[in-house]
Amino acid sequence: MTTGTWARRHLLSMAELTRADIEEILDVTDTMVEVSTRSIPKVAALRGRTVVSLFYEDSTRTRLSFDTAAKRLSADTMSFAVSSSSVNKGESVRDTIETIEAMGIDAVVVRHRSAGVPAQIASWTDAVVVNAGDGWHQHPTQALLDSYTIRRHRGSLDGMHIGIVGDVKHSRVARSDIEAFTALGAMVTIVAPPTLLPPTLRPWDVTVSHDLDDVIATLDVCYLLRMQRERMTEALVPSMREYTACFGLTPERADRLPADALIMHPGPMNRGVEIAGEVVDRPGVVVTEQVANGVAVRMAVLFLLLGPGRAALPDGGEIA
Amino acid sequence: MTDDIVIKGASVLDATGERRADVVVSGGRVAAVGPDLYAPTVLDASGCLLVPGLVDLHTHLREPGREEAETVATGARAAALGGYTAVLAMPNTTPAMDSAAVVREVLELGRSSVCDVHAAGAITVGRAGEQLAPMAEMAALGVRLFTDDGSGVQDDRLMRRAFEYAAGLDVTLAQHCEVAALSEGTCMHEGEWSARLGLAGQPAEAEELMVMRDIALARLTGARAHFLHLSTAGSVAMVSAAKSAGLPVTAEAAPHHFTLTDACCAGYDARFKVHPPLRSAADVDAVAAGLADGTIDAIATDHAPHPVEDKELPFDLAPPGMLGLEYALALALTRLVDGSRADIDPQEPERGGVDGAAGSYVGPRMTDAEVIARLSWRPAAIAGMRDHGGPIVTGSAANLCVIDPLQRWRIDDGGGASRSRNVPYAGMSVRGKVRHTICRGEAVVVDGEAQR
Repeated sequence: MTTGTWARRHLLSMAELTRADIEEILDVTDTMVEVSTRSIPKVAALRGRTVVSLFYEDSTRTRLSFDTAAKRLSADTMSFAVSSSSVNKGESVRDTIETIEAMGIDAVVVRHRSAGVPAQIASWTDAVVVNAGDGWHQHPTQALLDSYTIRRHRGSLDGMHIGIVGDVKHSRVARSDIEAFTALGAMVTIVAPPTLLPPTLRPWDVTVSHDLDDVIATLDVCYLLRMQRERMTEALVPSMREYTACFGLTPERADRLPADALIMHPGPMNRGVEIAGEVVDRPGVVVTEQVANGVAVRMAVLFLLLGPGRAALPDGGEIA
Repeated sequence: MTDDIVIKGASVLDATGERRADVVVSGGRVAAVGPDLYAPTVLDASGCLLVPGLVDLHTHLREPGREEAETVATGARAAALGGYTAVLAMPNTTPAMDSAAVVREVLELGRSSVCDVHAAGAITVGRAGEQLAPMAEMAALGVRLFTDDGSGVQDDRLMRRAFEYAAGLDVTLAQHCEVAALSEGTCMHEGEWSARLGLAGQPAEAEELMVMRDIALARLTGARAHFLHLSTAGSVAMVSAAKSAGLPVTAEAAPHHFTLTDACCAGYDARFKVHPPLRSAADVDAVAAGLADGTIDAIATDHAPHPVEDKELPFDLAPPGMLGLEYALALALTRLVDGSRADIDPQEPERGGVDGAAGSYVGPRMTDAEVIARLSWRPAAIAGMRDHGGPIVTGSAANLCVIDPLQRWRIDDGGGASRSRNVPYAGMSVRGKVRHTICRGEAVVVDGEAQR
């Protein structure tokens, strides 16, 4: 087995992981998927460890997914939600993290609407920091669960042609996925109008298309991003109707995908905008699998950051 | 009254040239310049340059309104330690310096401080960009330069009127060039780093469009225009062309814009957040070249103190600005004269500091004397400060600075005499240290220590 260069202090960005690091996480995820299928889907790996979720932005799904992952590893969990916290009283993030840390915690899972907050927190705490989404920047566990889902279906991402369609400019999912998919050997094409692209794509090894019809027939994976209605008021797209006409996965376009292509979405979906309601029920759509794999991937991340380490796994990766 | 002072052994450098001489200061004036002079108080300046006190065209003293960040007294002390004998206080205080009353208050606070404090008045009431501020009543108090710094005057028609009105008062308008429609909601330079970091960026064009407009309005009205903190290659090129066309324009650049690039923002440390934002390496080199060829007349600090807790906010929410008064001279000598990366200490390369400091500068270099010109007599002329900027001759006002140009030192993160500590240069090794500062005839800094 190869090991990468990931320092395993925190998980802040996909950019800090090599291919070997990512593959290690995905290998451990296989073990966690097995755990999740047991009659009692729970192991003792993180008993006595405390994982806090610190969510400054609403995200019931991601918070529940991390919470479930921590509990299946027998960690104690605490949840710090903005509405019920002192944040509304003007407490700084730094004071909050120092207060929580004083209670004795091992890891903090952070979601914030501002890019970089997990990195700032990592500079202020001894606890492990896991980025659960920061602004437009990164959402690394989403990229890991997406990579895992593709790997489960296709064996490997090597040589896969993955189209990421939609609002890449404002998407932490896209930034993370691009880095994960290309690190794992996939070819990535970004499909979007220029107004929904970052100012430059120079940091990434991707190609760009402004025409979904041009690339759809060559895709192994069609990854649709959520389109937010406020983008229209920012003059980034003329109307939702025009967006759907040009970049939505309509039944006609879905028909042109290769038969074994996967259709993915980070959720929640806007049916009728980026994906037609009728397409959602087609066989290639793996959106609920993504959610299920999300728990296993997050178990793997917490296990690698907090647990005894991969070396502690017996041959075959069984854990009890 | 303080004792007479003699500054011994320095090389005296001003706009007229450089010569070896002792200088005696008495009663707030230069009393004698020549060989082997005597006075009761001796300041050793052997191996040093004695220059007219530095003049900062761009200082945020925060008083009134944000005294937890800085006061006139603490800002003036930082200025004196940085070799400055005069600063121009920016009007974005609370309330704004948009009336004689507030200007008078700031000038009054400056009178007892260790540095001359001049005031820049606001162009518009409350710096809101809607109605002209009473420039004449502020000009009557000695205000020579007006700006809405912190933001630019967005309305073209209002800015035209402001130029016309200013021409009648023989005052200068200074613009913070930033088109709000292109910069709203942004927190750094738009480019590769903003793309990577997922932060909203503003393009260089947000600055350049307003530089272009103000050049056009200066041509239309014949009024003087001064450009604050130029940060892009395009801005430098336009100002150069405007000067070639004979328009009455001047410009300044801040130390961070010739020292640091947008790559500094990689760690989301808001000490690197500033307006205009840190730009690309090509822009940084263009600013340095613009200073070298004289397109940019002055180095101005844009000293902008902010409390630690504000700079620990998320990057997009933190206030922009960084300290500069105690670092500008050394950064200029290190980068513009030596052309070196400001963050590498040849003695201790492994401890060198700031990721994103601009690389070695290969463009046109300056001499120490040219750097001093852009820190002292050029800005003094732009601001109409007759008692500053030399020349150092018998009878001139005793606003002086003694610099050890060879001393290397490491910038720490303490913030010096400022009440704030938002220093983006911590860990950098630089050349050139202020040894003594004499303001209004008083030795306010001796051997690098503030005297009060």
